[in-house]
Amino acid sequence: MLSKSQARTFFLGGTVVTFLIFIGLTIYSMAPSNDQSNHQNITEQVIKGKHIWETNNCMGCHAIMGEGGYYAPELTKVIDRRGAPLVKAILQSPIPWAPNGRKMVAYEMSDEDAEAMIEYLKWIGEIDLNGFDRIVSPLAKDKLKD
Amino acid sequence: MKYKSQQVAYWFFALCMLLFALQIVYGFIMGFARIGMDGLHDWIPFNTARAVHTNLLVVWLLTGFMGAAYYIIPEEAQRELVSVKLAYVQLISLAVVGVAAITGYHFNIWEGRKFLEIPRELDYLVVVNVLLFLGIILATLFKGKWQTTTALVMTMGLVFAALLYLPGMIWFDSQVTDSFFRWWVVHLWVEGVWELIMGGILAFLLIKLTGVDREVIEKWLYVIVGLTFLSGILGTGHHYYYIGVNKIWLVVGGVFSALEPLAFLAMALFAVYMYRKGEKNHPNKIALFWTIGAAIVSFIGAGLLGFAHTLPQTNLYTHGTLVTAMHGHYAFWGAYVMIVLAIISYAMPNITGRKRHDKTNGHLAFWLSNIGMLGMVVALGVAGVVQVYLERRLSMDFMIAQEEVKIHFVVMLLCATMFATGIGIYIYEFIKYGRPTNEALSKKEETVLVS
Ligand code: HEM
Ligand code: HEM
Ligand SMILES: [Fe+2]
Repeated sequence: MLSKSQARTFFLGGTVVTFLIFIGLTIYSMAPSNDQSNHQNITEQVIKGKHIWETNNCMGCHAIMGEGGYYAPELTKVIDRRGAPLVKAILQSPIPWAPNGRKMVAYEMSDEDAEAMIEYLKWIGEIDLNGFDRIVSPLAKDKLKD
Repeated sequence: MKYKSQQVAYWFFALCMLLFALQIVYGFIMGFARIGMDGLHDWIPFNTARAVHTNLLVVWLLTGFMGAAYYIIPEEAQRELVSVKLAYVQLISLAVVGVAAITGYHFNIWEGRKFLEIPRELDYLVVVNVLLFLGIILATLFKGKWQTTTALVMTMGLVFAALLYLPGMIWFDSQVTDSFFRWWVVHLWVEGVWELIMGGILAFLLIKLTGVDREVIEKWLYVIVGLTFLSGILGTGHHYYYIGVNKIWLVVGGVFSALEPLAFLAMALFAVYMYRKGEKNHPNKIALFWTIGAAIVSFIGAGLLGFAHTLPQTNLYTHGTLVTAMHGHYAFWGAYVMIVLAIISYAMPNITGRKRHDKTNGHLAFWLSNIGMLGMVVALGVAGVVQVYLERRLSMDFMIAQEEVKIHFVVMLLCATMFATGIGIYIYEFIKYGRPTNEALSKKEETVLVS
């Protein structure tokens, strides 16, 4: 029968081994040669866009790369689907955008902010998401019905 | 209750009750918004309600863990807490930081990163607060007579939880890297170190409630937390499938996260088996219900419902849909809410000296909240599956699919009302029979079971 000290060894051993593998895999996937996000395309504007995305908690309603709220549409390839002018208009609208009754907050963004946001969304739209971006309908444009 | 300082736990549990009630209010705000009743939109838009709902959940669960530690550690280490005054300072500062964060969310002051919305400036205060907490617990534990496995596992969970908060505080220019390290906090908390805390509380409760030999219970505790880390650390990969990192995670995350339910299965079997093996004469039946319930429901909510969407082939379609919300509710409920309500139910009669062990209200609270929550989860699950099918398989527009699932949110709100009634009764009992008394200490009325 298993003894208490064997059980402890199982716990400590398993933890150390899997943790080391985890760190190894993290380093591996962060290596520049394994980049799938076009890291070099992260411009000042994209960074600014990310900042605006965070300080307004857009993720509280929308998802991006499948992460966030489920109240409003997934935004991963939104520029691809809707085009920059419409997205910009939504961001700058003085009244809540609510095409189907569900309201968005009216952010009334400045030109500059709205453009940074669009650059950010464009960058997101080009990331290789291992198929999520090509197979699943709200993201892949050709999969979407009008 | 053996030590007077254990009474500090009462005020932590009281804060839990308050924040839990508020969390439910914000849940209703979101539920109503989803069926078109969004009258509060100008003041509390959905993203505010969501951040408040989920952050209150995390904060009150942590408050509950802290209360549990202040109750359990003195008893396990066999000495008073090193400082009761500092414990109160810690409680008050925790409440202040929590309230400041929640208030900020109503004024667009936050950091929109799911589950980690607390702005970085406040993060530093959180760190100070947690260091103070850990200082008190560690000093008590190591100055005490014993360092039991139960106490060590629980403390280890608390220390790791604090350390893992740090990767969430780093700023990254890339959304991909940001997301990658956000999961070091969120996933490694709920599917890693929090399970150590849960396991520690569960072991403590089983020792007390069943009277089974400590050595046996603690041996299995090691096996359970061993399984947790063995599967859970590399299981983090199930969040890395589709966020723009290497495909290797599809394999690693798929295999290891598919093993994660084993830890929860072990926990459920462990609790049921110890209960059967033990003596069945502990009077605190309510605490027993919550304890065994937590072990079983966590297996269903986290283990089975987690497994349902953890393989990459399934997750491709369910990622970021209401299916996730379904699992999130039942997993948090079974694993962490129920275990906190269990330790509160166990500790309260000992702190107050009022033996409300087996009263109708207690049972009513247990069943109403559990059946209500199950109904909510089923409603969310149906909505989720319909959403996946319509939007992701049949390529319907997001909002058109949402209109189709609206009816399930009506059902969800009905079940939520039942759930809230149950929790209402629990809180009512807490308030009505709550205050600590000194007789509780002197009478030494506590039932001690020996095997
Ligand atoms: C008590 C333990 C657990 C809790 C509290 C919990 C909670 C959650 C929450 C809140 C989310 C949503 C996260 C987000 O999108 O930001 C989530 C996602 C997920 N959980 Fe769990 N979980 C637990 C255990 C498990 C287990 C054991 C498994 C696997 C067997 C699992 C599989 C998943 C998967 C695959 C996702 C990603 C869903 C998606 O792609 O949208 N979970 N979990
Ligand atoms: C009256 C009861 C409740 C109602 C009506 C409710 C409703 C909701 C709604 C509508 C969402 C947002 C989903 C979205 O983004 O569209 C949500 C999120 C969430 N709630 Fe609740 N909730 C309730 C109670 C609870 C309880 C008791 C827990 C904990 C056990 C909980 C945990 C969560 C979690 C973890 C999330 C985030 C899920 C995710 O992102 O996947 N809720 N809730
Ligand atoms: Fe996870």
